[in-house]
Amino acid sequence: MADEVTFPVEAGHIMLFARAVGDENPIYHDAEYAKTTELGGIIAPPTFERVWAQWDPAYVLRPKPGQPWFGSAAGPTGLPQKGSDDEGDGGGGGRGLHAEQRYVYHRPVLAGETLTARTRPGKTWTKEGKRAGSMTFREQIIEIFDQQNEIVVTATSVSVITSRAVDQ
Amino acid sequence: MALNASAISVGDTYQEVVAENLSRTQLVQYAGASGDYNPIHTDTPFAQEIAGYPSVFAHGMLSMGMTGRMLTNYVGDGRLTAFGVRFTRQVFPGATLTAKATVAAVRQEDGQHFVDLALSTTNQDGQEVCKGDASARIDP
Repeated sequence: MADEVTFPVEAGHIMLFARAVGDENPIYHDAEYAKTTELGGIIAPPTFERVWAQWDPAYVLRPKPGQPWFGSAAGPTGLPQKGSDDEGDGGGGGRGLHAEQRYVYHRPVLAGETLTARTRPGKTWTKEGKRAGSMTFREQIIEIFDQQNEIVVTATSVSVITSRAVDQ
Repeated sequence: MALNASAISVGDTYQEVVAENLSRTQLVQYAGASGDYNPIHTDTPFAQEIAGYPSVFAHGMLSMGMTGRMLTNYVGDGRLTAFGVRFTRQVFPGATLTAKATVAAVRQEDGQHFVDLALSTTNQDGQEVCKGDASARIDP
């Protein structure tokens, strides 16, 4: 994962994201309506910020041309089977899960602006769970700035690698 | 339109059904929009044979995004100041999810009004799939 990713906040992308979370609020797709609101234009819905990954050239959860992909193709995975499941950043063997996510919004994210996401590691800890065996938690802090270098969003993400599939 | 501090009290609740019979296609939509193409969310052979799950399951961030839709409908557009959740259970295709906010505090800071909310999103069996809290700047 790149330490710094600069990405455009595009109105079309906001529309697609809002559709994906089932949100038909016109402030996310109707520029004429959005003009009449207190924000004066299209804004991004909460959690949209995570799309920075689309602009990260090294993002591990996106297939890349010419590189093996861990999802299925002819077989159930495109990677050679390995003894160990606990590698990779959320990918390896499907043992990586998202445990927690927290956002602090310093102001709304507006269509048309350009943002820069800066990532740094946080804490790491382990825990024994009844449903998932041993779990390794890893925190990551992503601060998102505008082009005046003012902070817009602080995102704290905790991922977990479980030693086995979580019991249902 | 934003929520009014004068119209709410601690303990008030607001809820919405944010997913009904959640489709695999919506998981594909979310993968494409968000950029998280982890095959565990969209690729059944991988999810079952490699990861050992009964089927694909929703991105945690999709549950959070849908919970966010309830939140912005309640507090108003662009008013959230904080939003955090813990993902406590996986969400499988076919799920019906209800997102609920409970007013934990109504407060003033520097002459502005804020609401603090406790959040709980549950599935059709009443099991919590994400739990968290949020704060928003609201109108007087």
